[in-house]
Amino acid sequence: MSRGVSDLHLADVAQLSAQLQSGQLSSVELTQALLARIEQHQRELNAFITISADSALQEAARADERRRHGTAGALTGIPIAHKDIFCTAGEKTTCGSRMLADFVSPYDATVVQRLRAAGAVMLGKTNMDEFAMGSSNESSHFGPVRNPWNPARVPGGSSGGSAAAVAARLVPAATATDTGGSIRQPAALCGVTGIKPTYGRVSRYGMVAFASSLDQGGLITRSAHDAALLLAQMAGFDERDSTSVELPVPDYAASLEQPLKGLKVGVLREFFDGLDEAIEPLIRAALALLHAQGAVIREVSLPHLPLSVPVYYVVAPAECSSNLARFDGVRYGYRCEAPRDLTDLYQRSRAHGFGAEVKRRIMIGTYVLSAGYYDAYYLKAQQVRALISRDFEQAFHEVDVLVGPTTPTTAFELGAKTHDPVTMYLNDIYTIGANLAGLPAISVPCGFVGGLPAGLQIIGPHFCEARLLNVAHRYQRETDWHQRAPRGFL
Amino acid sequence: MQWESVIGLEIHAQLSTRSKIFSASATAYGAPPNTQANLVDLAYPGVLPVLNAEAVRMAVKFGLAINARVARRSVFARKNYFYPDLPKGYQISQYELPIVAGGAIDILLEDGSLRRIGVTRAHLEEDAGKSMHEGLAGLTAVDLNRAGTPLIEIVSEPHMRSAKEAVAYLKKVHTLVRYLGICDGNMQEGSLRCDANVSVRPQGIGRLGTRTETKNLNSFRYVERAINFEIARQIELLESGGRVVQETRLYDSERGETRSMRSKEEANDYRYFPDPDLLPLEIDQPYVDAVAATLPELPDQKAQRLMDEYGLSGYDAGVLTASAELADYFEVVARGLSASDVKEHAKVAANAVMGELAGLLNRDGVEIGGSRVRPASLTALLRRVLDDTISGKIAKDVLEAMWDEGREADAIIDARGLTQITDEAAIERAIDAALAANPKQLADYRAGKDKLFGFFIGQVMKATGGKANPARLNVLLKRKLAQG
Repeated sequence: MSRGVSDLHLADVAQLSAQLQSGQLSSVELTQALLARIEQHQRELNAFITISADSALQEAARADERRRHGTAGALTGIPIAHKDIFCTAGEKTTCGSRMLADFVSPYDATVVQRLRAAGAVMLGKTNMDEFAMGSSNESSHFGPVRNPWNPARVPGGSSGGSAAAVAARLVPAATATDTGGSIRQPAALCGVTGIKPTYGRVSRYGMVAFASSLDQGGLITRSAHDAALLLAQMAGFDERDSTSVELPVPDYAASLEQPLKGLKVGVLREFFDGLDEAIEPLIRAALALLHAQGAVIREVSLPHLPLSVPVYYVVAPAECSSNLARFDGVRYGYRCEAPRDLTDLYQRSRAHGFGAEVKRRIMIGTYVLSAGYYDAYYLKAQQVRALISRDFEQAFHEVDVLVGPTTPTTAFELGAKTHDPVTMYLNDIYTIGANLAGLPAISVPCGFVGGLPAGLQIIGPHFCEARLLNVAHRYQRETDWHQRAPRGFL
Repeated sequence: MQWESVIGLEIHAQLSTRSKIFSASATAYGAPPNTQANLVDLAYPGVLPVLNAEAVRMAVKFGLAINARVARRSVFARKNYFYPDLPKGYQISQYELPIVAGGAIDILLEDGSLRRIGVTRAHLEEDAGKSMHEGLAGLTAVDLNRAGTPLIEIVSEPHMRSAKEAVAYLKKVHTLVRYLGICDGNMQEGSLRCDANVSVRPQGIGRLGTRTETKNLNSFRYVERAINFEIARQIELLESGGRVVQETRLYDSERGETRSMRSKEEANDYRYFPDPDLLPLEIDQPYVDAVAATLPELPDQKAQRLMDEYGLSGYDAGVLTASAELADYFEVVARGLSASDVKEHAKVAANAVMGELAGLLNRDGVEIGGSRVRPASLTALLRRVLDDTISGKIAKDVLEAMWDEGREADAIIDARGLTQITDEAAIERAIDAALAANPKQLADYRAGKDKLFGFFIGQVMKATGGKANPARLNVLLKRKLAQG
C-alpha cells in the first residue's frame, strides 16, 4: 500500500515503519508533513504546548542516516509526541503549569531516552491538565485542548493533548501517563487506543510525579498493534526507579494474533452502575463479538470497587501534597517578584505558580495527612485500597480479563463540570480501580453515541499487557471504530 | 527538695559511605558549596531516590553491635516541612518501622559500676543541606553538599541521670561507630551530633517531668554544659513556682546557655507517610548473618579481653579501648615488653600509653593514629626503664625528645648521656658530697626532721643530672643516714 505525502497522516506506526524500511519514505519527509499538519491544527485544537520543529528535523535526518547505515530499528524515524510531563533535555517541560512554564529539564526521562534510542522522532510536547490533575484538560495553564470530534467538547484528561493529537492524526502515537484514568479516559473520549501498563512496568524516572504510587507511563496510539510496537521499547526495569520491576519485556507484537478461544472474560457488574444508557449497548455488542470469537463471558462482582473514587481522592492528593512541595521558587520554576522573606517567597510563588485544581488537591492532601486525621483518612484509604486489590486478585482467579466501559459518558462540553469538582472526579469511576490495584488496562474505541466515541476497557492481571494487547488487537481486527477519523481530520 | 534529672539522647551519626543515601553524589566533607549535589539532591522534577545498599549494611552492623533487633521489614517515610536546605520539601526518614529497634549500650560510671542504657531505635535517614547566614548581610545561602548524606539516628531511652552519664553514653556511641567503621566520629565537622531531651522530677517520683529538647550539640563539652544548664534552669523554674514548657531549645556555646527555639504549639506537623518512591526494605537472615560475620571485636569484648589477658583493671581497659587503634597500640607495646608472659609488664605499657604518650597526643591534638612515636619505639624506650638504664622520670623526657626529634630512645639516651648511674660507689660518693655540703640539714634530719630525706635525694639527683638510679639511691641514702 502506497500513499502520497498528502495522506501520510492516515498511516499508523506499523504502516509507516514498513514504508520507512522499504525506502519509499524518509523520516525527514514524514516529519515535515506532520509538523505542517500540527501547525495547521494547533490554533483549533491546542493539542501541543511545545512544537519542537528544529530538533525534530535534526532527529529525523539522523534517523534517515541510521537507516542508510543499516542500524535502524522498527521505530527509527517514526514521529511521536511526548506528554509534557516527561522531562526532555533541551525542550521545555511545563507539566501544563505556570510553575514550570519556562522550565527546561537538564535530562531526559527514561521513557524519552528509550524511545529516542530506538530512533523515534519527537515532534513536540502535548498539552495536559496541570500536573496531570484533571479529567478534561481544562486545568492546563496553556488553555484547554479541544476534542477533534467536536471542538465544543473536552478531549478528556489529563493526557488530553496526546489523545487529541493522535485522534486528529497529527502524530501516529504519543506517550501519556495515567494516575486515575488519564490515559484511558481521554483515549475513550477521543476515539483512540490508550494503554496504561502495570505499575512498575514502565520507569517513572523523569516523569514529573503527581501521585507516585499510582502514576504510570503509557501510550496513546491508533491501534493495539502500534501500542505493542512502542511499549516493547518503553517498558522494562530501570535502576533509577526503585518501583520499576525487574521482569523481561515480552515481544508484545508476537502474541497479538493469538486466538481468543477459551478466553475467560469477566463483565464487571459494578461497571454498569451510572453508565450512560447509550453506551451500554456498545459494550454489550463488544462482548458479543468477543463471545463470537470463542471467549467465555461471565459476570463478576468486585464489591469494594464503588469505594475507589473516595479512596483515590484521599491517596492521590496526599501524595501530591508532598510531591509538589519541591516547587518552592528556590531552585527552579516560577518565583514571585521581589519576595520580602522566605515565607513570602513560598506563599506567593506557590499561590501564583499553581492553578486552582492543583491547590485544591494540595490542600486536601495536606489535610488527610495531618496529625489527628491521618488514621481516619489516609490509613483508612490505604486499607480499603488493599481490599480493592484483593477483589481484583480474586476475580482473576476466575477470569483472564475484565471488560467494561472506560467512562460513564462520552465527551462533555467544555466548562460543563469545571465548577463541580466531584462530578468531574466521577468521570474516573471506572478507571481508578486499575490504578489502585496497579493493574494494566487498555481502552479501545467501541462505537459512537451522537457522533462522539465511546471506549471499551479491558483490565488484566499484573504484567499481562501481552494478553490485553492480544484481546484488543483481535477486537480491532473485527471492528473499524479505531480507524475512523473525526471529520476535518481525514 | 531533691531533684532527679532524666536525660535521653538522639544521636545523629553520618554514615561513612562514599555516595549519598539516595543518589550517586559524593559525600566527602569540605568540597566547594553545591559541587556535590546532583539532580536527585536538588530535587529536580521527575527524579527518584535509589537506596544505597552500603548505608543499609552499616545500619545493620550497628544494630547487631548493640544487640538490637534488625527489622525484617522497615519502611521509609516522608517527613514533610518547608525549608530551603531541604530541596524536596520532605526528608526521607523512617518512622513507624525503623531498621533497628530495642538495643542496649553499657556505660561505665565514675564509681566503677556499669549502667545499661536502652536504645529504643536506630533508623536510616538523609541529612539536610546547610543554611548559612553569617557575613551575608541578612541573606541566607544554601549549600546542598550535605543534603542526602546518610545518617542513622540513634534514639536512647531516658535512662541517664546526669550530664556526665549522658557524655559517657555519647562517648560510648562515638567509640562504637568508629570501631564498626560506619562513621568517622568527627564532631567538629558534624559527622556525629546529638539532641538532648532533659526533664527533672522530684526524687522518688516515678512520673516523668515535662521535657525540653536541646538541638544540635556537636561536642562532648557542649553536651555536658547544655544539659547542666538545662537541669539548673528547670529546677530553678519549678522551685520558683513556674512550670517547664515542652519546647525545642538551642544551645548558645558562646554564652553557655540554652534558649527557646519553638514551643510544642509552634512545632511542625510533619505529616509522615510511607514514601511511595521506595519499596519497604526487606532484610533476610542470611544477609544479617553475613553482616554479623564482618563485625570486629567490639569495645566491651576488647576491654574484657584486655582484663583477662593482660590483667588490667576495668578502668585501664576502658580507657585503652576508647578506640580500637589505641588498644592495638597498647597490645603491641605490652607484647613487645615480654614475649613469655604478657601480664608481666602490661601495667608499665598501659601507664606509658595512657600517661606520657596520651599527654603528647593531647598536646599536639592528634589521635593515636597520628602518634609520632611508633609502638616499637615506645617498647624500646620502656625496655630501658625495665633494665634500669634510665629512670621513669628520665624516660618521660626521652619520650618527648623522641616525639619532637623523631629519633629512637637509645640514640637519645646515648647522645645526651642519660644512662642511669647504677654503680653504688659512684652513688655513695655523691651522697657523701651532698651530706658534707649541707651540715645544717643533716643535723636537723638527725634531730628528727624526717622530711629532709627528700631534700637529700634532690641534692644527689641534682648533682648527678637526675641519672642516679632512684631505687638504689634510696637504699644507699637510708643506709648512710642511719650510719650516722
